[in-house]
This record gives sequence, C-alpha cells and structure tokens, in this order.
Amino acid sequence: MTPSLALNLALALLLLGMAGWAVLVRSTQAAMIGFMVYGLLLTLVWTRLDGLDVALTEAAIGGGLTGFLLLGAAVRLRGVKCGVTTQAPSLATRILAALAASSVTLLLALAVLTLPSPAPSLAPAVAENLAMTQVGNPITAVLLAFRALDTLLETLVLVLAMLGIWSLADDHHWGGRPGFAIAHDASGILLYAVRILVPIGVVIGGYIFWIGADNPGGKFQGATLLAAMWLLLVLAGLRDAPTVSSQTLRLWIVLGPLVFIGVGLLGSWLAGSFLGYPQGYAKLMIVAVELALLPSLTLILGLLIMGTPKREIGR
Amino acid sequence: MNTATLFGLCASMLIGLGLYGLLTHPHPLRKILALNVIGSGIFLLFGAIAFRGAAAGMNADPVPQALLITGIVVAFSASALAVALLLRLFEVTGDVSLANEDPAARKDTSKDKPHD
Repeated sequence: MTPSLALNLALALLLLGMAGWAVLVRSTQAAMIGFMVYGLLLTLVWTRLDGLDVALTEAAIGGGLTGFLLLGAAVRLRGVKCGVTTQAPSLATRILAALAASSVTLLLALAVLTLPSPAPSLAPAVAENLAMTQVGNPITAVLLAFRALDTLLETLVLVLAMLGIWSLADDHHWGGRPGFAIAHDASGILLYAVRILVPIGVVIGGYIFWIGADNPGGKFQGATLLAAMWLLLVLAGLRDAPTVSSQTLRLWIVLGPLVFIGVGLLGSWLAGSFLGYPQGYAKLMIVAVELALLPSLTLILGLLIMGTPKREIGR
Repeated sequence: MNTATLFGLCASMLIGLGLYGLLTHPHPLRKILALNVIGSGIFLLFGAIAFRGAAAGMNADPVPQALLITGIVVAFSASALAVALLLRLFEVTGDVSLANEDPAARKDTSKDKPHD
C-alpha cells in the first residue's frame, strides 16, 4: 500500500466516522460540532482530489458558516424536547429506513465502479479557451466567463433566500434589526480576540478575493471570510446588526447583482450574446463583476446567518 | 484502488448515512443536518468524477469543480432559510415538532402564547 493510498483511506474512514457521529449521536449540540469537524475533514479530502478552490469554499461555507448556523440554532432550541420520546420511530421504521439507505448506497457504489473509461472531460475545451478570458485560474474562468449565467442565478438565489428569511418577521418587526446581537462587557476575552482576529481576517479575505483571478480563491471564499469577521464584530457587541429597511444597506446588497446583469446586457449589445465579453475586455469586465459582488455577497452571507428581524426599527 | 474510486465509494456511503438520518430523526434540526450530509456526499461524488476528468495539463476537470462551488453556496442559502423557518415555527408554536397534531390540542397550547 502506497503512503498516498494509506492517507486517502485514513481520511475516508475518518470522514465516514465523523458523518456517522453527526447523524447518529444523541445530543443535538454534539452533532452540530461533529458536523463542523466533518466539514474540516471534507476540506482535506478536497485537497486530495485537487480541488483547492472547492476546498476553500467547503472550509469557509460548507463547514464554517453552515456549522455556525446549525450550532446557533441548536443553542437557541436547547431544552426543547420536540417529543423525541413519543415520536421516536419504531424499530420497523428504522429497519426500513436502513434498507432504503443501504440500497441507495449500493446503487451509487455500482455506478461509481462502472463509470466510463476514459472519463469524459471538458478540461481540454477550457484549456483551449482560457487565454480568451485573460484569467489564469480555470475555475474563475468557468465561474465568470464560460458558465457566468450559473453564477448570476446563484447570486439571485442568495438574495431570494435572504428575502425569504426577512419575510418571516412579525408585522411590527418588519424592516427592523435581526435578533442576532449579544451584549458583552467590554473586558471580555471575546472582545480581545476580535480586536486581534478581525484586522487579520479582513486582510486574508481581501487577499483570497484578489488572487482568485490566477490562483485558488475568489469572491465567494473572500466574501465568506469578510462576512465571518462582520459576524464576529456583531457577536462581540462592537457593531449592532443593521436595520434591514436601511436604503444604504439595500443599495449595497443589490449593487453586485445589478452590475452583473448590467455587464450581461452590455455583452448582448457589444459581443452579441448575454454575458458575452467583447474581445480584449474580458478581464476588465470579470474584475468589475467580482468587485461589485464582493460587498453584496459579504452582506448577504452575514445577513443569512443573522436571521429574521426581531427588533423594531431604531432599537 | 485509485483515489477517485475510493472517494466515490466513500461519497455513496455518506449519501446513504445522511438518508438514514433524514428518515429516522424526529428533530427537524437533525433532518437539516442529515440533508447537509447527503448534499456533501453528492458534492464529493461529483468531485470524484471531476478528478477522473483530468486532462490537458489540469489535475481535474474545472467545469464540475466550478459548479460544485455554486452548489455549496446554494446549499448554504437553503439551509439558512430552513433554519429561519424552524426558528419561526418554534416562536409561533413553542415547539419544533413536525408531527401531525390534533388541531384542537394545538389551539390550546397556542392560546397562552402572545399573538402578533
């Protein structure tokens, strides 16, 4: 057995063990913490599959923000029994569920073992056209040039999810501040950590954003880091969560999607297709879209975590 | 066994594990978590397929990898909406149960809650 295979096997076993813990353990909070560890292990797996961009996204969003979101909800729902004893599924249900789950696994495993060889790949097509986009990172080229429509729709999905969360507010809290705020005394250890962490995090977030053109990184990973720093500031009580009816906030949120759509329309005028880039201006337009998306994504990702408005305007 | 097959099989097991959790856990938050395990399994399966597509000097096919980044972000926004719905359900009913309740019994429990 080669060292590389041994490492992969160990990672796969750890990953399965951690997923098993997160799914099966009794305590909900322990499950959520297990899920965050699972996210970190998954990040390592992505580096083994040569997906450094995916690894960064998984670390930032999959494990980080999702874990934070779930753990926060678990803490808020602590002590709620949810009729666990009365609703616990019967043994027959469990056996049926296990049978259903294992047959899905078996079918998928069969599909994995019979994948066509040689594998179909779009890599040659990307390599051939990469020079036209003037960016060095093929993933960025796919996200913002070859499949830019996907990225535009993804941004719109984020905005819609945020609107959905806002619209769950009570009538008299509509447009107010999210309930996400913890008042801490100014001497807390959190405050100290935040003062040291936030400047470093902001610099790293900006760096990951900027190198995305030619190296692993990009706007989503950078924006997630910046959003995390913003959440830290709010958690430490240094900044309050924003009033969601603020016109300035809303303007920054729609800036990214609007610039993206604007560049798309410019493409249909100058290059003959929606989101097409005129010859020689691809990099300029990609950077314009990314720069406009960064503040919007930072705000949206932060607000998705902060949740539904729970305090009236001005409070 | 090569890397892609190993992690492909691992992903199949993750999907099965998540599906079992989704079907058997009564707590909605655990269902959201199980759904995320299924999602990450599907992403990993797709990533293993991308790894098989290494060609033209690239270590993996960049098109599925880019779509994976989009997928992870969309999965996060869906989880955030699901958690917000759950917290709202708790706020309104004082419980997070998804079971079909007797409507009369439900009215009684909500009477002493302040209504907006």
